[in-house]
Amino acid sequence: MSLLDVNHLDVRFALRGGDVQALRDVCFSLDRGERLGIVGESGAGKSVAAFSLLNLIAKPGYIAGGSIRFDDQELIGVSDRQLRKIRGHRMSMIFQDPMMTLNPVLTIGEQMVECLKAHRRITTRQARTISLKRLQQVQIPSPEARLDQYPHELSGGMRQRVIIAVALLLDPDIIIADEPTTALDVTIQAEIMALLLELCETHNVGLILITHDLGVVSQVTQRMLVMYAGRVIEQGPTREIINDPQHPYTQGLINALPQMATPGERLNQIPGSMPSLSKLPSGCAFHPRCGFVQRSDGTDRQACREEVPAFVTSGNCQAACHMVAEMIDSERIPAQEQE
Amino acid sequence: MTSQTTRPASRWERFRDSYLLYSFKRDLIAQVSLLAFILLVTAAVLAPWLAPMDPYDLAQIDILASELPPLWIDGSDPTYLMGTDAQGRDLLSTILYGARVSLIIGFGAVAMQATLGVCFGLLAGYMGGRVDAFLMRLADIQLSFSTLMVAIIVGALFKAIFGGATFSTYAVPLLVLIIGLAEWPQYARTVRASVLAEKGKEYVDAARVMGLSSRRIMFRHILPNTLSPIFVISTVQVANAIISEAALSFLGLGMPETQPSLGSLIKSGFDYLQSGSWWITLIPGLVLVILVLVINLLGDWLRDVLNPRLYKG
Amino acid sequence: MNSSATGTASTAPLLSLKGLEKRFSLSGDFLEQLQFKGGKLVRHQEHVHAINGVDLDIQRGEALCVVGESGCGKSTVARTVMGLLTPSAGEVRYAGERIDNMSGKQLLPYRRRMQMIFQNPYASLNPRMTIQQTLEEPIRLHHPDWSNQAVKDKVSEVMESVGISADWGPRYGHEFSGGQRQRIAIARALAVDPEFIVADEPISALDVSIQAQVLNLLMEAQQRHNLTYLFITHDLAVVEHFGTRVAVMYLGRVCEVAPTATLFARPRHPYTQALMSAIPRLEDDRPQHIRLEGEVPTPVHLPSGCVFHGRCPHANQRCRDEIPQLIATEDGGQVACHGVEENRIDP
Repeated sequence: MSLLDVNHLDVRFALRGGDVQALRDVCFSLDRGERLGIVGESGAGKSVAAFSLLNLIAKPGYIAGGSIRFDDQELIGVSDRQLRKIRGHRMSMIFQDPMMTLNPVLTIGEQMVECLKAHRRITTRQARTISLKRLQQVQIPSPEARLDQYPHELSGGMRQRVIIAVALLLDPDIIIADEPTTALDVTIQAEIMALLLELCETHNVGLILITHDLGVVSQVTQRMLVMYAGRVIEQGPTREIINDPQHPYTQGLINALPQMATPGERLNQIPGSMPSLSKLPSGCAFHPRCGFVQRSDGTDRQACREEVPAFVTSGNCQAACHMVAEMIDSERIPAQEQE
Repeated sequence: MTSQTTRPASRWERFRDSYLLYSFKRDLIAQVSLLAFILLVTAAVLAPWLAPMDPYDLAQIDILASELPPLWIDGSDPTYLMGTDAQGRDLLSTILYGARVSLIIGFGAVAMQATLGVCFGLLAGYMGGRVDAFLMRLADIQLSFSTLMVAIIVGALFKAIFGGATFSTYAVPLLVLIIGLAEWPQYARTVRASVLAEKGKEYVDAARVMGLSSRRIMFRHILPNTLSPIFVISTVQVANAIISEAALSFLGLGMPETQPSLGSLIKSGFDYLQSGSWWITLIPGLVLVILVLVINLLGDWLRDVLNPRLYKG
Repeated sequence: MNSSATGTASTAPLLSLKGLEKRFSLSGDFLEQLQFKGGKLVRHQEHVHAINGVDLDIQRGEALCVVGESGCGKSTVARTVMGLLTPSAGEVRYAGERIDNMSGKQLLPYRRRMQMIFQNPYASLNPRMTIQQTLEEPIRLHHPDWSNQAVKDKVSEVMESVGISADWGPRYGHEFSGGQRQRIAIARALAVDPEFIVADEPISALDVSIQAQVLNLLMEAQQRHNLTYLFITHDLAVVEHFGTRVAVMYLGRVCEVAPTATLFARPRHPYTQALMSAIPRLEDDRPQHIRLEGEVPTPVHLPSGCVFHGRCPHANQRCRDEIPQLIATEDGGQVACHGVEENRIDP
């Protein structure tokens, strides 16, 4: 039994043209202390997936179906009051913009103490001590002074450290980080990611890292999901997916990186762009951009245009692709004949 | 890149799919207001053909038929649907003609305000620095005089210098000028604020890099992107201008009674309120209130539609 | 530090920046600058020093990438080159002519030769203009004698060349995706057949798969039109792929300039070394990046001496006192570092 189990999650947005499905049939799980990366381009639904875990989806979005089980407790349909006990306490969130979490008119110390006292019966003095300890853990210089500073007095990197300290405040089981370093410079990003990694390891905290940066995912996470147009299209151990991606989209994404090409040569681009969620192509949503709809013998794989591909397992990875399914089938038959 | 259809949407299709139309269809108040507004404006515009009598034509006026009550009250004359005023003019006709005058002054003044305000606002926002400081201080000074005060001083001066007869002849353009001059800072400020926001966007930089002249950048690139707020304040300003004109006329500094606006009609009836002829004041007053109310309601709706920021917070 | 410093001064540079400085006032207008201090009325001004003495030469046909972190002044350099900002000191020379003090009219012929591509494709197209209008405008301005048909043909040609169907001319910008808009912005820059293009973070607002498309397009355009690029970016992976030479900026100063391969093989400046070690790469699981002390100081109160000394592991008293100048290295680059000059730093 995993710590977090998400099954067939279906999230929709009620727009004036009708419902738009932002997440379709999303399934994944997270073990205690495991680090999971969710990768995708904008519009793939990765942030929606993160927000739905804490039921933070803003109107007009709503969860239309599926289940989210956390520590053997179903979270969908639970009252807000119940959910608040989990939110911030056992699962905490780090946003891209630190100012979304920090209140500009309260000092760092006040916010941390308030958060602690809301969830635990402790005195202000005790809360302050814990806050100080957390700030030390995120390696902020002169943490005592920071407690009495306002968020705007800190630099971007420092704020993101404070956010991590706040996220760790109540010893959560899972931290959900939504593009935590996108707004930061590379040198600061490297420091923050290293810090997050170290803290997750020492405290045995699970991490769900949402990002578009394959480099970051490959350095920080153990397992990853690749999302495209609201669906998970590939999942498995990070290293295996990075080294040997199965799904044509994942392949394209990795091959399009400038570091995968010889300097000065053409990059391997994926043609076209992600379809809008309200006008998804039939069958596999990736088929209009996919170079593998045609088989190597020149015949068309009709299923790509007509059927939504199911997950097939290849090694430790799973990919939702008709081509991969065919390849596995064709490999299996000669293998059985040999036996 | 193949996902797009080749034919671009026509203007009508864009309007049909627009948020403007969508929200209009869902807003009963906006629909009723627009209907009332259109009715009032058409009636006023078509006054010479719709009105049973011509209140400017002295030959049609029967002084004996003065102060007749509206149709639904005893002692009325079926020729005069809404009764007559103190001079024996048919009230319905006079209201239609009066609404026309009010609307002409309202829209004329706003056109004047908008022209001045948009030009000054564009200049101040785009040029910045000293030009901005000068124009905005000018606007501050202008705003520190109330519209009515300016109008009263100018109107009184004009009357004193050129006499009442000349004033009557030029009353409409003069009122347009006075109200237009008094309220341009509203436009200038709104336009300046949105110019400042637009100026920071990269399409303006792109136009500068291209080598376009400042004038072309201001009018061709920035101005079209500031139209929404201009549109919204225009509705409020039309209502304000109509009220200003009515107030001036009520004070005797606006339209003369020979070519009455709604304001001067209200004033002319005011003296007869005590003698029981309440309709001469009340009916034009009601028309004025409805006219201003529907314009303001339409303006509110437009502001909500064109300014989605209001809903985001 | 002109091109002769590199040893090969065979051809004159296309663009050269000399001692370029740009300050932005923080203190508002004259009245807001007045303050009471010790019973006296004094005028107090504060400035953001966005760029402080930048010397750079761009040769014909190369793609010079300027990298650095936010606030290092790289975008200010781009905007100053294009005349969107007037430099506070120093000069910008284009093909030998000084262009930073020209009037709008004098500058017009240069506007045709140098164009710019912006970062945000959602803001760089006028929302009230169709693509056709957007693309026709620069052509009509710079070729007032062309016939309507010639202008239309040119628009179709540039649209097709960036992979946008010419039939889409009557559409508005918001009907396109981010990548398509950036293509249109590139088409607008190419419409007047420029020889020099300043690209200010042209792909950082785009998705990974679209970044590759746009980068390919920029490289194709370079080959086809023999373009020279000044390419501003924070992404070192893009630089390695795209740039012929790289200039690394820190706090408004150039700290290292070198041919791309040289810089990536052997970064000399301590800041460049730290920057390179921070790139998240797919291969390594446990990156060993160089940790810098503290954070970038504010550009309001610049540190004395070398701007990097506060965070540099190799700083000594000389670094705190004396501003390092760009010095040519044996492998064709230039480094502004006392440590490298004194051979104190192991590469």
